[in-house]
Amino acid sequence: MSTGPKTAEDLAAQLTADGYLADTQTALVAWLAIELGKPVLVEGPAGVGKTELAKSLSRVLDRDLIRLQCYEGLDEAKALYEWNYRKQLLRIQAESDGAGWDKVQDDIFGEEFLLERPLLEAITSEEPVVLLVDEIDKTDQEFEAMLLELLSDFQVSVPELGTMTSKSHPVVLLTSNNSRELTEALKRRCLYLWIDYPEAEHELAIIRLKAPELSATVSAKLVELVGEIRALDLKKPPSIAESIDWARALLLLGADSIDSKVFAETMSVIVKHRSDLETVAARVGMKLAGGDAATAS
Amino acid sequence: MPQPPADTNSSTGFDANLLAFTHQLRGEGVAVGTAELLDATAAIGHVAWADRDAVHGALSATLAKSPEDRRIFDIVFDRFFFRAAEQAALDLGEPVAGSQPGDEDAARIDIEKLKQQIAQALRDGSDGSVRDMARLAVAAFGQTQGGSGVVGVDVQRIRRELPAEDARAAGIPRDRLRLFEKEVRRELERQTIERTRSLPPARPLGDLERGLPTGPAQDLAEIHKVIAQLRRKMATNGQLLRGQKRSNVIDVRKTVRASLQTGGVPVVLKQRPKRPKRPEIFVLCDVSTSVTSSSVFFLSVLHALHDSFRKMRSFVFIERISEVTEVFEKERDFKKISRAITTDAGVADVSGYTDYGRVWSEFLAQIESELHPRATVIVLGDARTNGRPAREDLFAQVAARAGRTFWLNPEPKLYWNYGDSVINAYAEYCIAYECWTAAHLSDFVEALTRPGTPRASQR
Repeated sequence: MSTGPKTAEDLAAQLTADGYLADTQTALVAWLAIELGKPVLVEGPAGVGKTELAKSLSRVLDRDLIRLQCYEGLDEAKALYEWNYRKQLLRIQAESDGAGWDKVQDDIFGEEFLLERPLLEAITSEEPVVLLVDEIDKTDQEFEAMLLELLSDFQVSVPELGTMTSKSHPVVLLTSNNSRELTEALKRRCLYLWIDYPEAEHELAIIRLKAPELSATVSAKLVELVGEIRALDLKKPPSIAESIDWARALLLLGADSIDSKVFAETMSVIVKHRSDLETVAARVGMKLAGGDAATAS
Repeated sequence: MPQPPADTNSSTGFDANLLAFTHQLRGEGVAVGTAELLDATAAIGHVAWADRDAVHGALSATLAKSPEDRRIFDIVFDRFFFRAAEQAALDLGEPVAGSQPGDEDAARIDIEKLKQQIAQALRDGSDGSVRDMARLAVAAFGQTQGGSGVVGVDVQRIRRELPAEDARAAGIPRDRLRLFEKEVRRELERQTIERTRSLPPARPLGDLERGLPTGPAQDLAEIHKVIAQLRRKMATNGQLLRGQKRSNVIDVRKTVRASLQTGGVPVVLKQRPKRPKRPEIFVLCDVSTSVTSSSVFFLSVLHALHDSFRKMRSFVFIERISEVTEVFEKERDFKKISRAITTDAGVADVSGYTDYGRVWSEFLAQIESELHPRATVIVLGDARTNGRPAREDLFAQVAARAGRTFWLNPEPKLYWNYGDSVINAYAEYCIAYECWTAAHLSDFVEALTRPGTPRASQR
């Protein structure tokens, strides 16, 4: 880790240059992860940029990003490795006449016949990589247990081959939407980062960065409205991703202010449930009309 | 600004401080293992010690690994390093940091102007300027009015001096105000320490500080999560309720089958599984205005209970009671249930104030014949009578007829029996629990599902 950021501030600046506005805590934890070589468990509501952090980090560090998307029922064969049995069969058939059994047996359990899945790929890669294990909370507890060896020692045990230790130290990020409590064992091996909805100023900066053409006043208004909507009791509060989408939608429509009409038309970009739409229209949309009348008069 | 004491502190190194800090964290229930401690030490090595935020960030990333832990961590961190810094200052015999702009400056401070400045700093100043303003405010207001000597009272007084209403209208976010209050509190504590030349004794976090956040929006999800866990717990714990029958029945078929292993000699006797005794539960839930904030909580408890116990009847009450068992049986969706209860349960009476006396008499009239020693009565309410007669004699009748009686009070124990709360009158006949966090609730569930809980009352 000779190259790359020297301090947490350095990393934050580089991430910003890459288009990811990290708050101090995020930058600090990411930097600690690189320095200490520990995995980071990133938790927070959906759409606050957990996955984006990993992507941006890989670009800043100039490393490949290996991503493992978790889902219920994900198992070793899909996450770690699998034997390429078709190739093994071919090999046995091709050699069937001459070679002895021992030789073939030794041969077919070589690395040549191993199908690398994301985790093994991250371990065996010559160049250091960024490994993103996305939505770890979607998997079963057994899968978590399987990850432990990888997370603490950066090694993977393949029964036929022995232990494969990582050649380069990957930066590992695990993201979770907190839909289920992760095991203590997993947490103990990780640094912990909680990313929440950003504060208004921070979000405004993000919007300005992602949709620079949108005028400052509209952006500020947008951030204020999104904050208001988040304070309501919604099934799915709008995330940063959705505010950015909204900013871009407004840009496309060429809106120069957010009045109740524009709001009603574009509301569906940020609010994704029918019942939520009603709530938001009643609570925020109404107020907006009043606010506009006041400014107009 | 309280700096984390670095290794300049001769008697204790930073490691020792960190150890003491983690010890406090453990004391507050955050699981900090040795692995975490090692991580924290390693992480500290990579940040600037003089930067409070960096130290805070590094420690929180390694020590507090869930949002709940993080909340406790923040409180403990503030407290610990504030105390550590003050202690160090006392040891060195130096004037406590930050008290200088006090007396001589205060005379020159124009109060009106100060108010404006504070509002300004709150609106767009940095955290540092808010801290300075808090310090000035303490000096200025403290001089004009004199401190009361009680930190909490002084904070409120200064807070009231601020043009708070205009401030909010001018768009000062609530969290900035809270920050200001926190700084004022800290400054006042600092002055007390300076005056008395000693640190007040450390006290563990009160339940109030660590209680569930009470914002309506985030709460519901939290409650549902807890309830889901509770439901599982009840389902398993419910097994314990299986009857305490003294004689068991031999299961002949199983015994014969087992005897095959021993050549047809029935060595091992197999017994028929005991049928669980279904508890019969009566729940009375207060839905009046005084418990509005907790009634959502209670309704979801009710909902969960209904899922777990087949034989259960629920009632809601304000002035009178109304049975809502059917609502729960017909509807599975919590939202629909709560709407149905609030709109057409028929409890929305004239005043909207609870009348416990009337509730008991109605309950007795409707249910008395059905109460029996195996029945459990649970009351969810704050026992605030609004000045109406408590009629604990009627409640005693209910409790006497039922096997067990529990009272869940949504108020912290601190407020019990203040004002019109008459919980003590009722507590004589039942077991009263305070219940406003998930932890309380699970305590209660344990008590409820524990077999053979003594019949109520400590008399």
